[in-house]
Amino acid sequence: MTAAAQTATYREALREALADAMRADGDVIVMGEEVGLYGGAYGVTKDLIGEFGAARVLDTPISEAGIVGVAVGAAMTGLRPVAEIMYVDFAGLVMDQLGNQAAKIRYMFGGQTGVPMVLRTQGGTGRSAAAQHSQSLESWFAHVPGLRVVMPATVNDAYHLLRQALTKPDPVVFIEHKALYVSKGTLDKDKPDAPWGAPVLRRAGGDAVIVAYSRMVHEALAAAETLAERGVEAAVWDLRCLNPMDLDPILESVRACGRAAVVTESCLTGGFAAELSAQISEHCFDRLEEPVIRIAGEDVPIPVAPDLEAASIPTPGLIADAMAWLVSREAPAWA
Amino acid sequence: MAKSPAAATSKKGAAKKAPRSKSAKPNVDVDQLKQDYRMMLLIRRFEEKAGQLYGMGLIGGFCHLYIGQEAVVTGVQGSATGDDGVITSYRDHGHMLACGLDPKGVMAELTGREGGLSKGKGGSMHMFSKEKNFYGGHGIVGAQVPLGAGMAFAYKYRGQDRVSLTYIGDGAMNQGQVYESFNMAALWKLPVVFIVENNQYAMGTSAERHSASGLSLCNRGASYGIPGVEVDGMDVMAVREAAADAIAHCRAGKGPIILEMMTYRYRGHSMSDPAKYRSKDEVNEMRSQRDPIESVRKVLLEGGYATEEDLKAVDKEIKAIVAEAADFSQKSPEPDPSELYTDVLVDA
Ligand SMILES: Cc1ncc(C[n+]2csc(CCOP(=O)(O)OP(=O)(O)O)c2C)c(N)n1
Ligand SMILES: [Mg+2]
Repeated sequence: MTAAAQTATYREALREALADAMRADGDVIVMGEEVGLYGGAYGVTKDLIGEFGAARVLDTPISEAGIVGVAVGAAMTGLRPVAEIMYVDFAGLVMDQLGNQAAKIRYMFGGQTGVPMVLRTQGGTGRSAAAQHSQSLESWFAHVPGLRVVMPATVNDAYHLLRQALTKPDPVVFIEHKALYVSKGTLDKDKPDAPWGAPVLRRAGGDAVIVAYSRMVHEALAAAETLAERGVEAAVWDLRCLNPMDLDPILESVRACGRAAVVTESCLTGGFAAELSAQISEHCFDRLEEPVIRIAGEDVPIPVAPDLEAASIPTPGLIADAMAWLVSREAPAWA
Repeated sequence: MAKSPAAATSKKGAAKKAPRSKSAKPNVDVDQLKQDYRMMLLIRRFEEKAGQLYGMGLIGGFCHLYIGQEAVVTGVQGSATGDDGVITSYRDHGHMLACGLDPKGVMAELTGREGGLSKGKGGSMHMFSKEKNFYGGHGIVGAQVPLGAGMAFAYKYRGQDRVSLTYIGDGAMNQGQVYESFNMAALWKLPVVFIVENNQYAMGTSAERHSASGLSLCNRGASYGIPGVEVDGMDVMAVREAAADAIAHCRAGKGPIILEMMTYRYRGHSMSDPAKYRSKDEVNEMRSQRDPIESVRKVLLEGGYATEEDLKAVDKEIKAIVAEAADFSQKSPEPDPSELYTDVLVDA
C-alpha cells in the first residue's frame, strides 16, 4: 500500500478511473444511455458531464448497435471511446459491431489499424432484475478472437484494469458486476494488484485450488473461510482477465495440490468454466488427483423470485461442499 | 422542457393522414366513458399500491409505474376486441389490467409469487396471457416491435380478422429494429397499429435530447408510406376515436399505421429514479392541468352523467379490488424451489 491508498466503493473506483483517464487524454470520450445528466444507470458516470462537458460525455439515444458502431468508427479514426452498454444482456444488439467489426478490423486489414475502444457493461444476478437483465454472458465475448475480456472483482482492480484497458490498442470488453457496485475496498491509485493479464492469488491454501472471477471471487473466499473451519485450506485465484489469459501461475498451484475447481456465475453448459477446466486438465493431467470440477450457474434463465434467483447461482455453501468432496470425497448432506 | 401534450390536440404534420371519419368531437358515449373512468382509476390505484408495496420491500427489482398514462391503454383497448393481440414493453401493468387480466395475478407477479401470471418467474416486466391475447411485457427496449409485426403477419397469413396492437416507448423509437419492422409491415401490408406512447422521456433523456425529429415520432413511418397520427394521449375520448380509426384502417387491409400518443409519466422511470432531469413544476403542472382521470371526472359530473355519490361508489369498489390484489400478492406462496428448472424447454 502506498500513501495514496484510500477506501472507496467499486463504483467510485470506476468513476475515478474514467475521470483520471479523461484528464490525462483528451481523446477519451464516454458515450452511452444515461451516462450524462442522469449519471449512469448505476451511478458510475455521476457528474462526469459537469467536469468534462456534454461534448465528451454523450447521452445517446437507445440505439445499442449504433452506439457501439459509432465507437468503433471513432476509435479507428484515433479517438478512444468508452461505450457503456447498460446491461450485458443487450449484447444481442451489439454483437455484430463488436464481433464482426471491432474484433476483426486489425486482422482482416492486415494490421493497418486497430480499434482502441472500451466497451463497459455490467452483468450478473442479485437484484431481482429478471431474465433479460441478469445474465452473465462473458463466454459470448471470450469466444471471439480479437477482443480482450476483463472482469474486475475488487475495488483496486476496478480502477486499474479500467485505466489499463484505456491504454490498449484493441477493443476491450470490460464487464462489471451489478452486485459489486456498493462493495468497499482499498483503492491505491499508485499500486495495481498485478500487471494486466496476470491472475491474482486472493487467498493461499495448499489443499485445493479455486479459480474464479468477478463476484464469484468473493463467494469463493467466503467458502474458503468455512472450509478452513473444516480443516481444508483452499487457494483462491482471481482470474481478472479472461481473454487473453495467463494461466501459468494457476497451473503451478494446481500441480502442487492436484485438485482444482472453477467457479462461475454464468451457466454451466458451454460456459467459460468449461474452457478453464479444459486448460487445467490438459496442462495438469498427470498431477490431478480428481477431475477438475465446474461449479457454475444453473442452465436456466434467471428467475425474478428472490429465492429462486439466489438458487440459480453458486453460493459459498455449494462451493464449500463441492470442495470438501474434491478433497476428501466427503459427500455433502444434500447428495 | 418537453413540449406539453396539451399542445398536441391538433393532428399536425402526419405524413399521410389516416382516414378520419368524424369531423367534430363525437357525442359523449356515457357508458363508454364511465367504463373508461373505471379502468383508468383501477390502473392508477393499482399502480399506487404497487409503489407502496415496493416501498415496503415486498416488490424487488424493477417496477415501472404507468401513472399518468392511463388514458392511452384504456382508450386503445377500449376500441379493440378481445381477439386483437397486444404486445408492449416492461411498463406493462396497465396493459394487463386493460386487457382484462385479474389484478391479483398481476400483483402477485410483482411480488414474485406462485400465484403471479408468470408463476413468479418473470416479475414486473415479464407477464403474459395467452387467454387475453396479451403477448408480453418485454424488457429489451424495442424488441417487442418486430414481434408485434410478426403477430400481424400470422393473423394475415391465416386470414383472421385480427389486428396487432404494438406499443412502443418514445425512447424505443431509436432502435434500428423498429424501422426494419416498419418496412416489412408496410411491404406486406400487415394489420398492425404501432402505438407510440410518447411520455416525453426515455429514463432521464427528454424526447428532444434523444430524437432528431423532436416530438414528431408519428412521421417516422413516412418513408415507408405508413400513415402517422398525433393524438392527445391525456384525453381518453381522443385516444378511443383515433384507435378506432386506426384499427378500422388495419381491418380494411390498408396495412400498418402509427399513432403517437402524447402523454406523460408522473412517477420516476422506475422506482430508483433520482428524477433530476425534470422540474417538479413540470410534473405538477401536468398533474394539475392535464390529468386524464380528473378530466373525465369533470365531464361526468359537469355533464350530469354521474353524481359525486356514483363516483365515490366506483372509488370504493376499486379500492376493494386493489386491496384484495395486494392481500393475495402477499399470501400467495413463494414459488417452489423445483420451479427453477421448469419451462426451460419442453418436449413435443
Ligand atoms: C435494449 C435496451 N436498452 C436499454 C434498456 C434500459 N432501459 C430500460 S427502459 C429505458 C428507457 C425507455 O424509454 P421509452 O422507450 O421512452 O419508454 P418508457 O420507459 O418511457 O415507457 C431504457 C434506456 C433496455 N431495457 N433495453
Ligand atoms: Mg418514454
